[in-house]
Amino acid sequence: MSKMQKISVLLFLAWVSFLFYAGIALFTGGFLLTRLELSNHSSCREPPGPGSLPWGSRGEPGACWMASRFSRVVLVLIDALRFDFAQPQRSHVPGEPPVSLPFLGKLGSLQRILEIQPHHARLYQSKAHPPTTTMQRLKALTTGSLPTFIDAGSNFASYAIVEDNLIKQLTNAGRRVVFMGDDTWKDLFPGAFSQAFFFPSFNVRDLHTVDNGILEHLYPTMDSGEWDVLIAHFLGVDHCGHKHGPYHPEMAKKLSQMDQVIQELVERLENDTLLVVIGDHGMTMSGDHGGDSELEISAALFLYSPAALFPSAPPEEPEVIPQISLVPTLALLLGLPIPFGNIGEVIAELFSEVEDSQPHFSALAQASALHLNAQQVSRFLYTYSAAAQDLQVKELHRLQNLFSKASADYQRLLQSPQRAEAALQTVIPELQQFLRGVQAMCLESWARFSLIRMAVGAAILAAACFLCLLVSQWATSPGFCFHRLLLIPMAWGLAGAIVCAGLLATTELKLDPVILGAMAAVGSLLPFLWKASADWGSKRPLAALLPIPGPVLLLLLIRFAAFFSDSFVVAEARATPFLLGSLILLLVVRLHWEGRLLPPKLLTIPRLGFSAPTGPPRHNGVQALGLGVGLLLCIRLAGLFHRCPEETPACRSSPWLSPLASMVGGRAKNLWYGACVGALVALLAAVRLWLRRYGDLKSPEPPVLFVRWGLPVMVLGTAAYWALASGADEAPPRLRALVAGASVVLPRAVAGLAASGLMLLLWRPVTVLVKAATGAPKSRTVLAPFSGPPTSQADLDYVVPQIYRHMQEEFRGRLERAKPQRPLTVAARQLGSVYSAAVVTALTLLAFPLLLLHAERISLVFLLLFLQSFLLLHLLAAGIPITTPGPFTVPWQAVSAWALMATQTFYSTGHQPVFPAIHWHAAFVGFPEGHGSSTWLPALLVGANTFASHLLFAVGCPLLLLWPFLCESQGPQKRRQPPGNEAEEEEEPLMEMRLRDVPHHFNAALLQLGLKYLFVLGIQILACALAASVLRRHLMVWKVFAPKFIFEAVGFIVSSVGLFLGIALVMRVDGAVNSWFRQLVLAQQR
Amino acid sequence: MIATQENTMKDTDIKRLLYTHLLCICSIILSIFIPSFFLENFSILETHLTWLCICSVSVTAVNLVLYLVVKPNASSKRSSLSFKVTRFVKCCVYFLMSCFTFHVIFVLYGAPLIELVLETFLFAVTLSTFTTVPCLCLLGPNIKAWLRVFSRNGVTSVWENSLQITTISSFVGAWLGAFPIPLDWERPWQVWPISCTLGATFGYVAGLFISPLWIYWNRKQLTYKNN
Repeated sequence: MSKMQKISVLLFLAWVSFLFYAGIALFTGGFLLTRLELSNHSSCREPPGPGSLPWGSRGEPGACWMASRFSRVVLVLIDALRFDFAQPQRSHVPGEPPVSLPFLGKLGSLQRILEIQPHHARLYQSKAHPPTTTMQRLKALTTGSLPTFIDAGSNFASYAIVEDNLIKQLTNAGRRVVFMGDDTWKDLFPGAFSQAFFFPSFNVRDLHTVDNGILEHLYPTMDSGEWDVLIAHFLGVDHCGHKHGPYHPEMAKKLSQMDQVIQELVERLENDTLLVVIGDHGMTMSGDHGGDSELEISAALFLYSPAALFPSAPPEEPEVIPQISLVPTLALLLGLPIPFGNIGEVIAELFSEVEDSQPHFSALAQASALHLNAQQVSRFLYTYSAAAQDLQVKELHRLQNLFSKASADYQRLLQSPQRAEAALQTVIPELQQFLRGVQAMCLESWARFSLIRMAVGAAILAAACFLCLLVSQWATSPGFCFHRLLLIPMAWGLAGAIVCAGLLATTELKLDPVILGAMAAVGSLLPFLWKASADWGSKRPLAALLPIPGPVLLLLLIRFAAFFSDSFVVAEARATPFLLGSLILLLVVRLHWEGRLLPPKLLTIPRLGFSAPTGPPRHNGVQALGLGVGLLLCIRLAGLFHRCPEETPACRSSPWLSPLASMVGGRAKNLWYGACVGALVALLAAVRLWLRRYGDLKSPEPPVLFVRWGLPVMVLGTAAYWALASGADEAPPRLRALVAGASVVLPRAVAGLAASGLMLLLWRPVTVLVKAATGAPKSRTVLAPFSGPPTSQADLDYVVPQIYRHMQEEFRGRLERAKPQRPLTVAARQLGSVYSAAVVTALTLLAFPLLLLHAERISLVFLLLFLQSFLLLHLLAAGIPITTPGPFTVPWQAVSAWALMATQTFYSTGHQPVFPAIHWHAAFVGFPEGHGSSTWLPALLVGANTFASHLLFAVGCPLLLLWPFLCESQGPQKRRQPPGNEAEEEEEPLMEMRLRDVPHHFNAALLQLGLKYLFVLGIQILACALAASVLRRHLMVWKVFAPKFIFEAVGFIVSSVGLFLGIALVMRVDGAVNSWFRQLVLAQQR
Repeated sequence: MIATQENTMKDTDIKRLLYTHLLCICSIILSIFIPSFFLENFSILETHLTWLCICSVSVTAVNLVLYLVVKPNASSKRSSLSFKVTRFVKCCVYFLMSCFTFHVIFVLYGAPLIELVLETFLFAVTLSTFTTVPCLCLLGPNIKAWLRVFSRNGVTSVWENSLQITTISSFVGAWLGAFPIPLDWERPWQVWPISCTLGATFGYVAGLFISPLWIYWNRKQLTYKNN
């Protein structure tokens, strides 16, 4: 019966977690576009495919895939130069005066050039691909690919581009690349420029620093001639858009300035130089960008050469081309190989001969450029589809066939130039069709937000949160039945989901596991909520659905809202301790307000609203106040270990986050080392003291022995490893090998010890009283009524039946609190901390290996963390009345404070929710030589480092339920026991055995606790998801919101797994305790 | 008969309460405008510390004067000079202690420890002025009475009720004032501790406004037990 309940509780928690996972996965699928980055490079000597060399390169030394047409390029990148910014003022209705908008007609020089020199210049409307953020666009403009937010395989620690790109090809070919402008380029191409002038791009309100800086250097550099490629990246227009929007007069000034720049550049150009003016993306009506609306993706592209370039005059309406077309075009025009991962299509027009010496010569040159381009794209497709599976197979086959046909046609054309005219008519469209098909396919899978997936994912998350709220309220209601209300709708929904999956499979749609999971989630959620509303909604008023008390609701709302502001996400490291401190002070103040803080005699007015069933207040005022102040102090001290986000340049990171090995100066280093080891020892001593206080460390059971002997060994191992790690460079040479060996062995040994300790704990979780279970109750405390140890058979004969009678009563469910038998309650007192002892032991065993993954000085934070949780649990226990015989509840403020503390510890252990801030060195703890080809082990180590606080707090979550029972023991201990017979009637505290006595309520309370914790975490992830989708056009979406969402999502997964494990551990202990009781009874019956 | 008498007493009390609160609000408003006639370049944001000093002094003065004039709890048993002097000295000590306590709490809440000490301390003084000074005026240096007033069903008069409301609203205002600090609006008032002092001031003023009105609306439900 009880076992069934436990299984259904665990199953239900797993199912709720699955709902969240499905929601997260679906949302991620729609929001985070992923792509695999290939590190292959094109090279001059390797043509992209078989076949004769193209026309142009014949006989020209030094030429690559194609002969170069320009030796120099000036690339003017005007950030956010929308296409219509380059348009003249035009009236929509003929006859009326033109509409005067601040951004129209300000780039007059472009129009003038187009009119005067129609064969020298061309304006295009280039379509940028989303995400339209500057960094992604720069990647696209140099690699010719479609960068997504997560380019898998890229190096997360820095933003440097690993894919083949134009800049790399240029430097390989020995060209001098000079850059000036936005310092994003510095991160993307570290050390690639022969000369560079970077200006900070972070301050969006600053319109002029970057532009004026460029202008200062642009003309002198150009006149000096020390360059082959000159790149100038202006930011003023973009910043003006962010600050004022395009409709502001400031925009007109900025564009006029740009016009001036272009004009001056044109005057300085020489014949072998190409001028490219390009906008990396557009902007919306309000001046933002990042998404995929028409205004954001349309950008201007202007080409100009002093030598005639085009055979024909420009068309009336500028041609629309994809932005990445520029990459293969520039590469071939400069005589470089096209970057390996390019999927752009060359602008064929540029490869025609202006003086048509031969018929079809132009067309043939275009065809050869296109063919080279197609060969390169086909080679990329082949390599990519071998490495990743995210492209559609059917489409891939179709495109490959198209390419072989076009290629064959092209070869035939080369062999028989007689029929060239007719053949050209088919070859060029075929090649273009292939290239455009490839681009469309890649776009489909790489570069489009799927709003439907995002919306459904967020809806599933919201529904799961609601479900948590509903059931957590429901679980403690009196008529709660586990099987009928939890398992049946679940099974029903899962069956429905399987039917859906079957239907999907029969209709031969591609079975995406994400979609299938979402279907299963929705399929099981809807019937459940339907049934719940039918069963429950009719009985209760709707107000009961909002059980969260006001202050905690406000706190959760603030937390929810804070995820929508990039400033607050960046400042979360400071905001979380603030909120936590507020909550703690609120708890203390509320204890006072309700009169529970002070002894009643101080209050002259009788307290009316106070009705704690436990009787006298369990804490006096000074103690609770001390707990509160101690907590605040701990939080503040932990805040000293703070790593700054890169968005706040004024902030300075704590120097204590770095490993000791980086310190110079022996004295300070030794002191710090001593402090770290001291923290370790203090941690160990505190845990042992606690266990001794509430339990018994003398038992010969393996887990207890492990706590006594294994933990000190782990501390020793950790301390020795730190000594080696921090002083490895100072070791004498002949000890080097030993040191290297030890730094491999020691961390693994500590981790192995911890794992074996956990195994032991799971194997024999009843650490305290199993000794009595082995037969004779020799334990001293069981025999409290006697003056000495049981020496005679008579003593034993007295004690054992007492225990037996208790068991009998207990099993019949007639246990009454009023008259427990003396020896029995003494026995129960020893058992009183059996659950929390197991949880605390497990936490300690988990904490040590996690500690090893951090820098040494973080051990101080871990000590603070244990201290802080201890204080918080005590403070919370002061406010929680024990309601025997149940139902037990864990108040919302406890759960929220616990979740807040997990977040606070995440930050105070030196983490930040951005990828460059991840502690990569954790992967090398115990593996100083690296991992070879395995990826999961380093990922596990780094993940354990990053989400250590989430894991610890989630596993420790059951303590919130257990602690008030533990604190029960303190009251009676302070009371002097009256002498004589009255001592017999003194009620001993049952502590956690109160929970065991009512398994139904115990399981319900565990379920409720789990659901409440999942709810608090769930609304965080929901807020992140909503913020990321609502603000997907925001300037900071890829820098702040998307990484925050990823970290929050992974943190949620880790937390839910940890929570599940923690609750399962408590249930395992409960099962062991029950079987121990049963064995005792059986032994007695025999 | 007694009930009506009590009601009329309560009504007159509420009226007096309203007037005293209006005077307090006036003193704050005057502390914003008057100094600019005497001091050059005076403005709340730029010479914030000066304003903090002036504001606390004027609010303290008005509170003291009002206390002496209105005498809300006129039942002082002893009135010898030495008793008054020790009482006054005790009040000063309590005030200083509350300033230091607030300072410590601010630092625990995340205020910088070493930089901006003067600013933090003046904020503590201001908050003490809004909270501790009225407590001292009304209840005297009597911690037990303070604790009684700030617990459920602990108030015994209109005055104590309004004290409860204004003090809590000052604290809430100061707490809310911390929220704009991380935002990237780059306004001059977002600097620590300006937003918090402004928040505390707004909270205090709001409490002064609200408490007579709230007590007036709820005068039927409020029954004070005079022990």
